[in-house]
Amino acid sequence: MKIIVAIKQVPERDARIRIDASGKWIDLNDVEFSMNESDAYALEEALQLKEAHGGEVVVLSAGPERVGKTIREALAKGADRAIHIQSASETELSAFDALGVASLLAAAIKDEQADLILTGLQSDDLGLGQTGVILAELLGLPHATLILKIEKTDTGLKVLRELEDGWFQHLELPLPAVLTIQSGNSKLRYATLMGIKKAKTKEVKTVSVTDLAANSEPVVALEAVKLPHKQRTTQILGGTPAEAAAALVEKLQFEVRAI
Amino acid sequence: MSSVLVFLEAKNNEITRLSWEAMAAAHTLAASLSLPVDVALVAAADNPILKTLQGKAPRTVYAIDHALLHAYTADGYTTAYAQLIEHAKPAYVVFPHTYQVRDFAPRLATRFKQVLISDVTGIESGSGTGPIFVRQLLQGKLNAEYHASGEGPSFVSIQAGAFRADEPQAGDTTIQPFHPTLEASEIRVQPGEPFRASAQTVDLNSASILVSVGRGIKEEANLPIVQELASALGAELAASRPICDAGWLPMERQVGSSGQTVAPKVYLAVGISGAIQHLVGMKGSQCIVAINKDENAPIFEVADYGIVGDLFEVVPALTAAIRKVKG
Ligand SMILES: Cc1cc2nc3c(=O)[nH]c(=O)nc-3n(C[C@H](O)[C@H](O)[C@H](O)COP(=O)(O)OP(=O)(O)OC[C@H]3O[C@@H](n4cnc5c(N)ncnc54)[C@H](O)[C@@H]3O)c2cc1C
Ligand SMILES: Nc1ncnc2c1ncn2[C@@H]1O[C@H](COP(=O)(O)O)[C@@H](O)[C@H]1O
Repeated sequence: MKIIVAIKQVPERDARIRIDASGKWIDLNDVEFSMNESDAYALEEALQLKEAHGGEVVVLSAGPERVGKTIREALAKGADRAIHIQSASETELSAFDALGVASLLAAAIKDEQADLILTGLQSDDLGLGQTGVILAELLGLPHATLILKIEKTDTGLKVLRELEDGWFQHLELPLPAVLTIQSGNSKLRYATLMGIKKAKTKEVKTVSVTDLAANSEPVVALEAVKLPHKQRTTQILGGTPAEAAAALVEKLQFEVRAI
Repeated sequence: MSSVLVFLEAKNNEITRLSWEAMAAAHTLAASLSLPVDVALVAAADNPILKTLQGKAPRTVYAIDHALLHAYTADGYTTAYAQLIEHAKPAYVVFPHTYQVRDFAPRLATRFKQVLISDVTGIESGSGTGPIFVRQLLQGKLNAEYHASGEGPSFVSIQAGAFRADEPQAGDTTIQPFHPTLEASEIRVQPGEPFRASAQTVDLNSASILVSVGRGIKEEANLPIVQELASALGAELAASRPICDAGWLPMERQVGSSGQTVAPKVYLAVGISGAIQHLVGMKGSQCIVAINKDENAPIFEVADYGIVGDLFEVVPALTAAIRKVKG
């Protein structure tokens, strides 16, 4: 099975949030980046499918040069090769909306004839939860979202989909297909030293955003980002940890009457 | 004449609360644009739930009816809804932001060369550019303002709890059946029956105090410090999703949109940032306490009491203070 995994590099969760000069994104100076969480689970599912059924795992990522680090991490964990859609600057890709990004991804893999395309459910930064589904429509493939488990069958795949409030559902679908992966099904593997060494020699094909000549004219535009209004009524209990703890216990005892 | 068209969802023979919230959002949008609101639902035209409309009365209720829509599939819904949109030609298409909508709406928007503005928490009237839609970025740490610049219908989904569903109001509504053209061969995915995970052994709902732990705890080996706090308080232990994903606590202790919905007397969130998917599962708690080192963490937006600090210092201090008063 040839499996493509779309992986996005996103700011670390602990990153300090300061709005940049454009007013449209955060200041990326001193920000660390990591692999988007659900994409790490998508990669894990792909590697397990390859181990069980043979084939190839190809990483697909769009972003500036820094994304190379996340690509190497995926290769070190066991992916076979990668396609890096490299943007010339930090801002080149931000002109694209979700349809624009999905069009780039689609253009970069159109000659790959993949059996299965996995994406994460949702990116931790933009949180659109859409790119995989749009990609499926652009490629004319069936799709399923919020997938936890993937089983290969004689006719295609049987997958487990998460529903709301602790409900689940099985789905069957033919290949080729696109799945968006929800986190949590398997434990994520670590890269081994051997894996890290091997990753250095694996093929990373770089194509530029302009090479793919996708249309970047967005239909939906981000005008501005703002820090949320504080509408809080939280009583912050200050002091040393011991003082704050004592104050909280008093509140719980005499105001909330819970202890 | 153009319109705002809302696609509603029904569950257990009732139209869902999120659908009414989406309709309230649609009325806000429609009022600013002087457009009528129409709604649509997959149902036979004589289904009694079509008469249970809440909020301001829409102009038309489209009853989308086809045997191939009885079980939800992305292929079936995308094609059927696309046909209704071609027919009704709305300026805006509005959905409740549910798992089902996330599954097909991006595909539907793509068919119209549009992009769904998903998970909207606010709608403001913009100057010149048309309405501004507000949605969250970076797990609630930032708000972003979007506008749709394309031609053709714009697609918007509304986050749970962002708009208040209105009381039912009388009005002239016509029910119009809509029969899409669908072939079985167009539906490529075969859905199975929904089922619930195996029986629960802990009931988070019977606990009056919940101590809930998030990724701030860093490692499984650190869990005892919150377990001790829970036992000092006589509380059950709950968790955010990443803790259960990592297998540190069983999934039945997970609170949030894909876990349990709880409303204890006290919910004590330790090292939890407060992503919307977590908040929907606990914001009905009577008293919310948050311990977090980041004073800007969104959890503080819903907390009654907060301690800004390192949980590894605050939690043991709290456990000691509780033991002292409990004797
Ligand atoms: C479809 C879908 C369904 C989901 N369902 C759920 C669900 O049911 N339940 C759920 O919880 N999530 C759910 N999520 C995930 C959700 O979006 C968040 O990713 C998750 O809730 C984050 O968990 P967290 O707050 O523990 O981790 P983080 O967001 O990483 O937050 C950790 C927090 O700990 C704080 N911290 C770190 N170190 C310390 C310290 N030493 N002392 C004090 N504080 C510290 C940080 O400041 C931060 O605020 C879902 C996501 C999707 C897309
Ligand atoms: N720039 C990108 N490069 C590679 N994959 C991406 C990119 N943007 C989004 N994706 C994929 O699409 C998923 C959903 O992203 P989003 O629609 O932004 O929430 C992510 O989890 C990734 O798998």
